[in-house]
Amino acid sequence: MRIKGRAWKFGDDVNTDLIIPGKYLELTDPIEMAKHAMEGLSPIFAARVKPGDIVVGGRNFGCGSSREHAPLALKYSGVGAVLAESHARIFYRNAINIGFPALECPGIAKSVEDGDELEVDLKEGIVRILDKDIWLKFIPLPEFMIRILDSGGLTAFLRFNMKEWLEK
Amino acid sequence: MGMTVSEKILARASGRDKVQPGEIVKAEVDLAMMPDLTTILSFKAMKEMGVDRVWDNEKVVIFLDHVAPASSLQAATVHRDIRKLVSEQGLKYFYDVNSGVCHQVLSERGHVTPGMLVVGADSHTCTHGAMGAFATGVGSTDMGAVLATGRLWFRVPETIRVEVEGSLQHNVQPKDIILKIIGLIGADGATYKAVEFSGETIRKMNISGRMTLCNMAIEMGGKTGIVEADDETANFLSNRCKTNINPIRSDLNAQYEKVLRLDVSELEPQVACPHKVDNVKTVSEVAGVKVDQVFIGSCTNGRYEDLEVTAKILRNKQVHPGVRLVIVPASKEVYLKALKNGIIETLLQAGALVSNPSCGACFGGHIGILAAGEIGLTTSNRNFKGRQGSPEAEVYLSSPATAAASAITGVITDPREV
Ligand code: SF4
Repeated sequence: MRIKGRAWKFGDDVNTDLIIPGKYLELTDPIEMAKHAMEGLSPIFAARVKPGDIVVGGRNFGCGSSREHAPLALKYSGVGAVLAESHARIFYRNAINIGFPALECPGIAKSVEDGDELEVDLKEGIVRILDKDIWLKFIPLPEFMIRILDSGGLTAFLRFNMKEWLEK
Repeated sequence: MGMTVSEKILARASGRDKVQPGEIVKAEVDLAMMPDLTTILSFKAMKEMGVDRVWDNEKVVIFLDHVAPASSLQAATVHRDIRKLVSEQGLKYFYDVNSGVCHQVLSERGHVTPGMLVVGADSHTCTHGAMGAFATGVGSTDMGAVLATGRLWFRVPETIRVEVEGSLQHNVQPKDIILKIIGLIGADGATYKAVEFSGETIRKMNISGRMTLCNMAIEMGGKTGIVEADDETANFLSNRCKTNINPIRSDLNAQYEKVLRLDVSELEPQVACPHKVDNVKTVSEVAGVKVDQVFIGSCTNGRYEDLEVTAKILRNKQVHPGVRLVIVPASKEVYLKALKNGIIETLLQAGALVSNPSCGACFGGHIGILAAGEIGLTTSNRNFKGRQGSPEAEVYLSSPATAAASAITGVITDPREV
């Protein structure tokens, strides 16, 4: 699974309120949520983000509330993946569970600049910064999590692979 | 290389001899817990997975506690729908609005035993690490998978070991220890990690204090807090559950990401200041700040021991006329014991308001909401902006002793002085 797009760079401790402000939590349609993605940090993000673009964060990306709105807003805005130095635990789980790749890639924050073209290979665990010809490695997601992502999330994965999930 | 208690529990639950930090495992969950706010969403996720019934009707425990009894039409509707779900699913364990806070009742009623893998659709599920269990909070899609199959994926966490030595001074409490630790480690310092509390002070600490410590592991980003089970745990559980207690301990050569040593014999009472839990100061640095409302309760500090120390400080004294003292026992058991021992009477005589067991004022649900410009002092676990009502209110966190002393004077006060 490869993802290619432009980097949108943000800093450390990007919390769920910045990803989607609390006043939109009553929204239930992820496409509506996406219209407010990253509103707390960037007034232009939701309008300009293109399918496959990649959000780059520093430490503790997604900290704060446990609601699934935050990864949903990013996923439905078209973002292909979020790469960060580290992710907050519940955001990370929620992201994978809704079929949105959240990856931890040490060194990413200082190597990538806003607007760089990136290509991510999920299976190999490699990020290429295309213009600079820099390669960064991250610990690839285990096979089974890649399959959850491929299915579009844990709900769909279980719907179609229940038998296998129940085996040892 | 040996394993930590957390690694041993995850290895056992995933049918392996050994696991390592960073590995992803698929594990069998021993117990799944849900409060009123997340139950409906979790069952909805289960149904979307194509499953109609829970995997085991004796391993799912549901509570109506966050808004109990219902204070709005919306809450009443949710409660009605949950009661219906419980009977449709034939769930064996259900605690209605008269029971208390989920995390207090779950352990108190003997549902959690050492070595268990427990998940809850509430971030403070880490509280049950006090029983020597691996207990962690999850989102509603995760909980849907557990309800459907009894299984879930976990990343095996690194462990931070915190070794606490020394005896606490009079009216310095376990809450002060955990606030100190959060100040040192920071709000994200334990992200994804298990925090194992050990050392002589912890070994001598009762279960109530251990629950306070584990409860706040999430305030450092932790996946769980955990205390190895010992005689104290066995004692606590002896009349509460039937299973044999089988304590699991960390190996001597287990590997820790970090070991933090803390001597608490000189520890001052600690206060977390607005609006971050890791904005921790000593009580002397904030003494004199005027307070409008003091709340003693929650899954952090609403236990019998907490009400007992409060009553000791308030005996034959009066709550300051400018202060509302709101006390919410964490469970029916806590309430009854306090009633029997005259504690409730002492609190009422002193001018406190005592409410029915529930989450109460903890998250601005329905009891004791703060207005703009007001200052609240609470024994709960979060002082985020807007958590207890108006975003323009300020919330400080402290121990029950500091809260009680401050209720008398009307300003934040060192409880060693009363
Ligand atoms: S008492 Fe507070 S922290 Fe504990 S479960 Fe209730 S709302 Fe959450």
